[in-house]
Order: sequence, then C-alpha cells, then structure tokens
Amino acid sequence: MTPRLQLSGITKRFPGVVANEAVSFSVAPGEIHALLGENGAGKSTLVKIIYGVQKADEGTIAFDGQPVSIGSPKEARALGIGMVFQHFSLFEAMTVLENIALGMDHPPPRRELEAKVREVLKTYDLALDPHRDVHTLSVGERQRIEIVRALIQSPKLLIMDEPTSVLTPQEVEKLFTILRQLKREGCSILYISHKLHEIQALCDGATILRGGKVVGTCDPTRESPRSMAEMMIGGSLKDLSGKDNCVYGEERFAVSHLSAPGEPPFGTSLKDISFSVRSGEIFGIAGVAGNGQNELLSVLSGERSDDVDGSIRMDGRELTELGVGARRRAGLASVPEERNGHAAVPTMTLTDNAILSARGPKALASGGILRTGQARDYAKSVIDAFSVKAVGPQALAGSLSGGNLQKFIMGREIMTAPAVLVVSQPTWGVDAGAAGFIRQAMIDLVDKGASVVVVSQDLDELLELCDRLAVINEGRLSEAMDVEGISIDRIGLLMGGVHGETRGDQARESAA
Amino acid sequence: MNIDLLVAILMTIAGAATPLLIAALGELVVEKSGVLNLGVEGMMLIGAVTGFAIAVSTGIPALGALGAMIAAALASAIFAFLTLSLMANQVATGLALTIFGTGVSALIGAPFVGITTSTLGPIFPAALANDPIGRLIFGHSPLVYIGLILTFAVWWFLKHSRAGLILRAVGESDSAAHAIGYPVLKVRYLAVLFGGAMAGLAGSYYSLVLTPMWAERLTAGRGWIAIALVVFASWRPGRVLLGAYLFGLVITMELQAKAAGFNMFAPEFLAALPYLATIAVLAVISVAKRGGVAAPACLGKPFRAAA
Repeated sequence: MTPRLQLSGITKRFPGVVANEAVSFSVAPGEIHALLGENGAGKSTLVKIIYGVQKADEGTIAFDGQPVSIGSPKEARALGIGMVFQHFSLFEAMTVLENIALGMDHPPPRRELEAKVREVLKTYDLALDPHRDVHTLSVGERQRIEIVRALIQSPKLLIMDEPTSVLTPQEVEKLFTILRQLKREGCSILYISHKLHEIQALCDGATILRGGKVVGTCDPTRESPRSMAEMMIGGSLKDLSGKDNCVYGEERFAVSHLSAPGEPPFGTSLKDISFSVRSGEIFGIAGVAGNGQNELLSVLSGERSDDVDGSIRMDGRELTELGVGARRRAGLASVPEERNGHAAVPTMTLTDNAILSARGPKALASGGILRTGQARDYAKSVIDAFSVKAVGPQALAGSLSGGNLQKFIMGREIMTAPAVLVVSQPTWGVDAGAAGFIRQAMIDLVDKGASVVVVSQDLDELLELCDRLAVINEGRLSEAMDVEGISIDRIGLLMGGVHGETRGDQARESAA
Repeated sequence: MNIDLLVAILMTIAGAATPLLIAALGELVVEKSGVLNLGVEGMMLIGAVTGFAIAVSTGIPALGALGAMIAAALASAIFAFLTLSLMANQVATGLALTIFGTGVSALIGAPFVGITTSTLGPIFPAALANDPIGRLIFGHSPLVYIGLILTFAVWWFLKHSRAGLILRAVGESDSAAHAIGYPVLKVRYLAVLFGGAMAGLAGSYYSLVLTPMWAERLTAGRGWIAIALVVFASWRPGRVLLGAYLFGLVITMELQAKAAGFNMFAPEFLAALPYLATIAVLAVISVAKRGGVAAPACLGKPFRAAA
C-alpha cells in the first residue's frame, strides 16, 4: 500500500544546531503513528516542516506517493493535511465560528459554515456552541475548536501536537474515541506526545527521535512504557528514592479561605481556597490550565497582595500582608511556571539571577551593596549541586536549555533551605533526565523537614511525587486526598468540574 | 432660539466632528490590526499642508484632498517600515512621526502662509439647501458625508468581510495568525497605510473646508483627540461616530460661547475644553474595565516571525 506520508532524509539546520538529521519514516493510510521524543528532540521542527511552516534544507516528502513541496500551511491544507497545535492558534476575543473561518482558506458564507460546523460536531459527538467567545471556553473546548477546524476540511492526515497535555482523563478518552473514528474513516494521524501509556493505548506504530535523529521504530502495543522511555532518553531510567522513609511532622503551611480576583483580562478569580501542608509532605494541586493556578501562585508567593482575602500562615506566622522579599526571608520560596522572564531574567548572568531571589536568605546584598564574590560562589555551588550544564556562573540565563535553566532555578531556591517551597509546573518542557533530578531534589528537601506545594497540570507527575493532592477548578480547590489508593476517575471529574456536580451546586447556591 | 441659529449650530457640530471622525476611523483600523500609531497629528498636518498646496496650485480642491491622502499615507509608510520591518518601538516612532509632520508641514507651508484658496464646497445643488432643513441635510461639504459612509463601511468591513476578520485576527494574536498562514506584516502595512490616508484626508478638511488657508500647526492637536476617541469608543466604529459628534459639540460650545460674549471663564479655558474632555474620557475609560478587554490583544507589540 502506498504510504499516506513518506519522509526521506529530512534535514533541517539552525545556526548552531541540527534540528533534524536525515529523518525518514512513513505513515500508512488509516494509521495512527506516534512521533516520540523528549523536548528538543526535533519533533516540533519536523511537524512544522510537514505543515509548511518551515522548509527542510534537505530531503523529500511524498504524499500519497507523489513527491510534494510544501511551502506554506495553505499548501499543506490544500493537500489534505490538518494540524492541531499544542499552543492553540486561537483568537480569544472572537467567536468559535470566526475562529473556524480563520482556519479555512475558502470558508463558505456564514450560514453555510455554521451548518457545516454543526454537522461535524454532530458526526463526532462534540459539544461546542459556535457563537460563544473563545475566552469564555475551557481548555478542552478550545481544543475542540482546533479539531473542528481541522476536521471540517476532511483531512487525509491529521497532525496532533501534544494534544492531551491540557486535558482531563475523561477528555482524553473522548479525544481517543474521535481519533479512532477518524482512523476507521481512513484518515492517518501523526500523534506527537511523550505520554507513553497513551501512545500504547492509541497508536499502531511509533518513530522515536533523539537529538534530531531517528533512533528507532517500534510497535507500541508490544513495548512497555519503560522500554519506550529508555529508547527516548537513550539510557536507563532512574527510580525516585527516599520517598518511603519520611515522617510527617507538624503542620507547616496553612492557607485558609483565600479569595482573590482574577488577572485581567480573562483571569480566574480564586474562591475560598483552604489547604494545609505538614512538614515532610509534598502537596499537589492538580487541574487543567487556566483554572486559577497562576493567580494562586502569585498570591502564595506574595507577588499579589491587593484585594486578597483570607490568610496564609507558615509555622503559625501570618504571611498574608508580607511582600515577596519578606516571605523569602521568612523561609517561603517560590518558583513560577514561566522560566524565561518570570523566574529568571534571560539576559542576565546566572550569578545575577541568583542574587535576585537568594539575596535575602543568603545575604548576597546586605546593606544595599552586592556581594558579587559570594554570589558567584553561590551560583557555582548551585551549578555543581544540581549538575546544571552551563559554562559557569557568568553564563547568561537565556543561553541555557529549558531543563538546565529549570534545574538552576530550582537549585537556587532549594539551596536556601526554605521551610516551604511553592512551585508551578516544575518539569514543564524539561527532558526526562532533568525532570527526574528535579523531582528527586524536592523529595530530598521534604526529607529534611520542609514542606512543598507543587502546582502541575501533569497528573502523572503529581501521582508519582505527592503525598496528598487537591484539584483546582474555576478557582475553587477540592478537598485534599491521599494519593495512595486515589481514584483517577474522581480526579478527572473534579478537573472538569464545570460539567459535573459543581455547576449544579453553584446554581442552587445562587438560587438560594 | 430661532431655527436658523439651531441649524447653524448643528452644522458647526458636524463640521467640527468630521475630521475627528475620519482620522479616528483610520486609527481604529490600524489599532485593530495590532499597531499603535501615535503619529496621527503629524500625518494630519502633512495632509493639511499638501492638500492646501495642491489646491492652490491647481485650483481644484478635490485634487488637494486626494493629494493629502497620498502624502499622509507616504508618511505612514515610513512609520510602517520603521516599526514593522525594523521593529522600532511603536510609541516612540509615532511620537517622532508627529514631530516630523509638524516640522515638515511648516517647511512646505511657509510659501503658502497668507494665501487663501477656494474651498471644497457642498456637492448638492444649492437649490436643495435653501431652507434650513434642506441645508442641514444637503448643505455640508462632501467630507461630512464621506465620514458617515466611512463609519458604516469600516463597521461592515470589520464585522462582515473576510479581510476584516483576518485583520482583527492579526491584531488579536499575531503568532496564531502566522501559524495558520496569514501574512501578518502585510496586513499591518495595509492597515497603517489606510490609517495614514484617512489622517491625511482629515487634515485636508482643516485647510480646504474649515479655514481655506494654511497656518503652522493648523490642526491644533486634534489628532490626539482622534486617538483618544478610538479608546473612548472601545474600538467600535459606531461609538467613534458618537464620540466624534460629542467632541464636535464641545468644540462648538466653545465657539458659540465666544461668539455670544460669554465671559464667565477665561477664553483659554473654553479653548482647552476639548482637551480636558479628552483627558477626562481617558481617565474614566482606564478605570472602567471594559476598555482593557476591548483593546486588541496585540496592540503595540512588535511581531517577529519565528525562524
């Protein structure tokens, strides 16, 4: 059978790096083919080449047996290639229908388009109101727009870039049902992910990339997630250690009845959030992006203290009124989600970045004068202790890879020996080796009696790392649950709260 | 108050509002594409002086209006090249454009000071405008009608045309628009050129209709009011129309008060009224949250296509 898509010897070079080197593989009609690899393995560049966003330096692409040159997304769509982006290419202030029209080259008139959209929604049993503004929709609903956008053009090949990283377990199941239906209809799917159990459940074949090269192909149904992971990282996987022998102590960090307005323009407000963390405990906050995680983190770190109701206490001490610097000096360290520009200044050196957050606890700037020598030593010690790959403390933060910068940022906080560490997405976009290292560092920290709060969208990470977790949805936090013996179904329902019981409760509340 | 006076006042309002309306509609389209061009005042001055110079040399005011649009569009092309292609700071470049326009218009206009020209008169036959009501409907300069038509056209373009949808998309999320495959920079170039042409047309209204002569800084800061109007209107053409006529009313009040010998306040205070109103409007808008939500999300941010 002629392959739907065949890549031969695709090479793409950027100044200083080879993103793809002689990549060849093929996808059969009606096949769901996984493209596996760590961040930076060259998956994104490869799909951008297939979708015409970038041009390969060498190599050929054949579609349905015909050699093609794809110069733009438009040409890709004309061939029958659809794409669902990882970072949605949606327009927040516009309606669903307008967004779909923008994704098409020759959209029919409004009424016709709406009829067509409704037809697609019905065929694939998708719930979506075409007239809603995008900013009012949940992440899952937004992804449905992207999917409808692709499906309405009856693609022969659908590229999905990390589609499940923002979905609840139930939404993932729903997505898989749609993808299997497409497969039955003969559509090929190129599925990019690093979630191995999903690939096992869904895909017929897999191509594994490492460092821009194809390092193997496999039949996911015959592999274990562990064996695929080891192919991906090209080494053996280390297990986390030290988790079992820790003892919980006194309550260290307590948040009660915390409320705060959302960040404009489309933020989520926090509503009556309460939880407490004991010494020696890692507490997880799960949830789909955009449910108040950013707001919660900035309130806990002290970045926002206006309009905040409720209290934040550490070891019995009231922190609510304190700013970021005072909280750090008191022993509350925090790491926000965005590495570049929020946790670190990309254009400053690692030494300077160390001073920015550790100046209080490490006395790197006492009396208003920078102690550059001590700061350099401190940055150096972080680099050594966290095996950060950098030319030295004088390296610019922006020159480090995501994983290495994240290790440095985490190290910078952890080595001040905080009593409480609050982190958001500690391993987002970080390679498996560095992710394991970072998780281990957090475990080691709580072993010494500290408390850690981890906000993450990666449920697997939380289940592996945390002792207890709670789910945030629409700015409300569920009650905390012990991770041992937890029900994934229940977490999933809590994550998608709006569609379950919460809405009924809210309606009753407002009616009362 | 007799009907003749009332009609005269209403016509003054329309006259004062029209250049604000046209310039603001142009700026609205520019901002909807995600570009903030603060050079409206400068482009209006360039339009005013070019229009006047052409009208004087050829004796055809309509040709002057056309030339005004072309000249101001050329000035906006400089802005577009600096901010879009070279990614210069939009605010600073816009301010520089205003300073440039002020200077260059004074230079071009120096030989024309003190000369008058024939105006861009009413387009309808004078017979229609004999009685007061007829005058109110048919007695305006063509630009008044163009302003009204333009309001509708811009609204329709943004709301119902595919090109308008793409333009809004580029202003909402340039990266998403680029990922789907729309030419972000081209769209923005075209929007900036349109904004320039409209600012030029609005400028020519001062030198060809309101006062058929040229003086330095003829537009007297009205370009800034036009920019404020866009914010005031939450980027909606219908509200720009409303706002422009409201400002027209304030400006007319100033003129009428002076004419009536009303001297409770210093005349300088009355002259400052429209600008005070601008500041008040902007202050109120920035407090009210709606203004923040209505602004195009990428307004003023440079766009660099990812390699």
